[in-house]
Amino acid sequence: MAAPEQRRIIFQHIDAPGYSNDLACYVKHGGYEILKKAVAMPPAAIIDEVKKSGLRGRGGAGFGCGLKWSLVDRKSGKPIYLVVNADESEPGTFKDRYIIHQDPHQLIEGIMVTCWANNVKQAYIYIRGEMPHGARILEQAIAEARAANFVGPNILGTSYSCEIYVHRGAGAYICGEETGLIESLEGKRPYPRIKPPYFPAVLGLYQCPTIVNNVETLCHVKHIVDMGGDNYAKIGTPNNTGTRILCVSGHVQRPGYYEYEVGKITMGQLLNEVCGGPLPGRKFKAVIPGGSSSKILRFGETFTLKNKDGSSRTLTIEDIPMDFDTLAACGTMGGSGGVIVMDDSVNMVEALANLNAFYAHESCGQCTPCREGSLWMKKITTRMVHANARAEDGQLLKSVADQIAGRTVCAFGEACSWPTQSFVAKFGDEFKAYPETKKQSKNGDALELV
Amino acid sequence: MIAPPKPDLVTVNIDGKDIAVPKGTNVIEAARLIGVDVPHYCYHPKLTISGNCRMCLIEMGNPAVDPATKAPIMDPATGKQKINWIPRPQIGCATNASPGLHIRTNTPQIKDCREGVMEFLLVNHPLDCPICDQAGECKLQEQATGYGRGYSRFIEQKNVKPKRTQLGPRVMLDDERCVLCSRCIRFSKEIAKDDVLGFIDRGSYSTLTCYPGKKLENNYSLNTVDICPVGALTSTDFRFKMRVWFLKQTNSIDTESSVGANTVVWSREGQIYRITPRRNDDVNDTWMADSGRELYKQVRSADRLTTIKVNGADSALDIAINTALQLAKDGGVAVVGSGRSSVEEQFLTKKLADALKASTHLVSRVGQGDKLLISADRNPNVRGALVVGLISTMPEVGPALRAGLSSSVHSLASQPSTQAGSESRPHLSGLTDLAAAIDAGQVKTVISIGEDLAAAGLTAAQLGKISIVYLGTHANATSAAAKVVIPTLSVFEKNGTFVNQQFRIQKFAKAVPGPAGLPAEASAKAGATDDLIVLAGLANIAASDVAAVWKLLAAEVPALGTMSYANIPETGLLLDATPFAALPFAEGETLHFKPAKS
Repeated sequence: MAAPEQRRIIFQHIDAPGYSNDLACYVKHGGYEILKKAVAMPPAAIIDEVKKSGLRGRGGAGFGCGLKWSLVDRKSGKPIYLVVNADESEPGTFKDRYIIHQDPHQLIEGIMVTCWANNVKQAYIYIRGEMPHGARILEQAIAEARAANFVGPNILGTSYSCEIYVHRGAGAYICGEETGLIESLEGKRPYPRIKPPYFPAVLGLYQCPTIVNNVETLCHVKHIVDMGGDNYAKIGTPNNTGTRILCVSGHVQRPGYYEYEVGKITMGQLLNEVCGGPLPGRKFKAVIPGGSSSKILRFGETFTLKNKDGSSRTLTIEDIPMDFDTLAACGTMGGSGGVIVMDDSVNMVEALANLNAFYAHESCGQCTPCREGSLWMKKITTRMVHANARAEDGQLLKSVADQIAGRTVCAFGEACSWPTQSFVAKFGDEFKAYPETKKQSKNGDALELV
Repeated sequence: MIAPPKPDLVTVNIDGKDIAVPKGTNVIEAARLIGVDVPHYCYHPKLTISGNCRMCLIEMGNPAVDPATKAPIMDPATGKQKINWIPRPQIGCATNASPGLHIRTNTPQIKDCREGVMEFLLVNHPLDCPICDQAGECKLQEQATGYGRGYSRFIEQKNVKPKRTQLGPRVMLDDERCVLCSRCIRFSKEIAKDDVLGFIDRGSYSTLTCYPGKKLENNYSLNTVDICPVGALTSTDFRFKMRVWFLKQTNSIDTESSVGANTVVWSREGQIYRITPRRNDDVNDTWMADSGRELYKQVRSADRLTTIKVNGADSALDIAINTALQLAKDGGVAVVGSGRSSVEEQFLTKKLADALKASTHLVSRVGQGDKLLISADRNPNVRGALVVGLISTMPEVGPALRAGLSSSVHSLASQPSTQAGSESRPHLSGLTDLAAAIDAGQVKTVISIGEDLAAAGLTAAQLGKISIVYLGTHANATSAAAKVVIPTLSVFEKNGTFVNQQFRIQKFAKAVPGPAGLPAEASAKAGATDDLIVLAGLANIAASDVAAVWKLLAAEVPALGTMSYANIPETGLLLDATPFAALPFAEGETLHFKPAKS
């Protein structure tokens, strides 16, 4: 079956010739018309549309956006904050930065619609520290929008006022975790908060109710208001609505970002047709489907899933539709949309050593299992690659990872242990054989890399 | 006594046992009530919840209800309401009692969680217990034994961190031992209000440190050593001095001020090695000031009085007492009592004054309070003197001082003191009447119970006009001028009670024999004598120990009518303060104390 056409909603103008990131260009392409439409609607109606749309968060967890908004404590009398998570740091993910760089006003319009819907008077864009250029673009765009009365006091002639501030992170992956982000925004170390009691919807920024949404998610909100929740829900597949941006990196002919209706394209179509298949003379070996912390899939494995009617179906990796639910049923996740492809030139022990080094470096150090476990796993894989590997190290790695997942303050525990758990589960043979593999390799300490 | 308000009780089930606890009690405290230990490092009952150590993981479940009807869902097998167990373990410290909450601490999953956390905490721990001061009172040791696997799978290089970082004048940090529980950080911020500690770097390389240009030097810094669950923070005074398992623990009271912080005195073979706070949720929680921990040093100080002197010559107790009574025989006697004496001593001081028809005086010792555990009244027991009737009004405070007290507010955070106890020395006063009586020739003999009359405002000329009988522990201008000097015991060497600012009577016990550390022959020759023996001798009363004095106290002091020394609980008893409500006490607000509105 041929791959479907891309459906570019969010990335409609990305890389379009002649499209620039200034306000004039955005307005020329119909910009801020939806904000005008939104401020004529009652806020509750917008929330209803978002609920009807079935929009799920694009940051990684895939939590229902409408549900998230409905959990916000609106009776506390405290101000409600919107925090835009632009700390795009998940290895393999590169979508938000294109929105910020090339179409910042789309994000700002999405923010303002969301703020209007949730009676938010202050929004913060928390942008990754390594994206200084993006931060400057956003600040410029906000200034333009403010001058044009789309942001700031009494927008569009209404009595509604809302400000947007850009806050630059200082370079920590953990700041993408929403409560770590909030702590950082408050000027503290980004130690994620314990939940309960610190659910952002109730006790978020400055202990006030707070909505934390991903950049891409907020852009979708704009389009939901444009086309209506019901119409939006017709895009994609049931419970996996809308489009999403898939960032493909690694060993394919044409890596890049592609926007498809959720679940309408399979992994096989994406990698073989859209991305042009493996590099010459190579075969696909493994794929991480949703950012580096999602569990790896091994080409050749099959998944038997239950259908709603009780029957079952068997899928190969190539058959898996790129949605939230099927990927979850296959034991991994859609995550942030970062598809990382590895071909048969890759040794999985060495690939894991790379990931473990990342997670050990990024563990905030607040809680014991992640702090000590992530570094221990790194030390093991580093030793395996650069010093003495033992056949039993794979099992030790898995055991260490098992002691982390589910026992930490935040989801970093899972993020750092899932790679190890899945690499060892899917490629246990390679871990067991690694001491032997090293002996046979020419340079004696690692496989010859292509 | 006033009964505390009845808490809102809820029933929770822990390891199959139902227990009623106040709503909101966390699982660690609730489990403690039925003898179930939930191991933990970062949780401390007097600090905010951090939830970082993950040692207190438990399984949690709630009674199942039908989402639509809210009707309980019953389990046909047991006939009880079904429990929905959460598959993911939860932290006990942040899980609060709610009706029907079910907790399991003894499942294979929880055993595995604890073994996992223990293993993680030890992979980068130096395991230098043989040279670590914390050994014997170390949570890592205890919980590794109780909940660890007992072997190591770690063959990598351990992290290397600084071993000797001086965080402040009294606290030393060994970063390799630190388990990053953040108790010390939270204490500094929340209790001492001196936010100087934090972590730098991240992951397993995280390191505790002071903020740039700051030091951990506030007068409560040593509490961080107490609450450090491991050997990361140690006291520069105590470290490497003694293994804790050799030390005897004696309950005592901090004599620094009228707060009366509860303490434990740690001693071995007659020598005191350290003083630590003892938990009393109504007085000092689990804290005490650094300055109070150094008071044991007075026991062996060079200026300790050790020999009974009469007219400058060595003497014996009976001769000294007779000489004193001879001096008092002709009348014109004044007794200067002390707010640092125990209730029992003050009672006998009053008896003595009555017997000699002497006027009584009390030296006030007033400084600035720190709003935490040092109050403005630096006498530990002025209220005891009121209760036993030694005085009926407050000793006068100089007008300048009183004005100063009400206008200036001492801030611990803005003015951290670098030296324990150096902040605002108290002002001694209260002897104006006595000075006038001496000048007028009405008083010829003064018996001072441990008070330095010169420091309290009497001039050298006034001291020269009178005969002085001095009972005290340390040499000073008054002991030098005295005709009779009888060395007595410090608070660490005797039993007794104090009444603190809350009118809470609290007892202290003898930790070491007195005078500690003197050569045996010096002790035998004269030595120091229990104040009660001296006072009973002077007053000619046959009650020279605490138990005997308490028989008299119970009979003669209505407020203490039903009490005895033995039946005062270790956390004290509140006395009726209403008879003294109108008196101008010096204290401002401190922890667990609010002054009555004047």
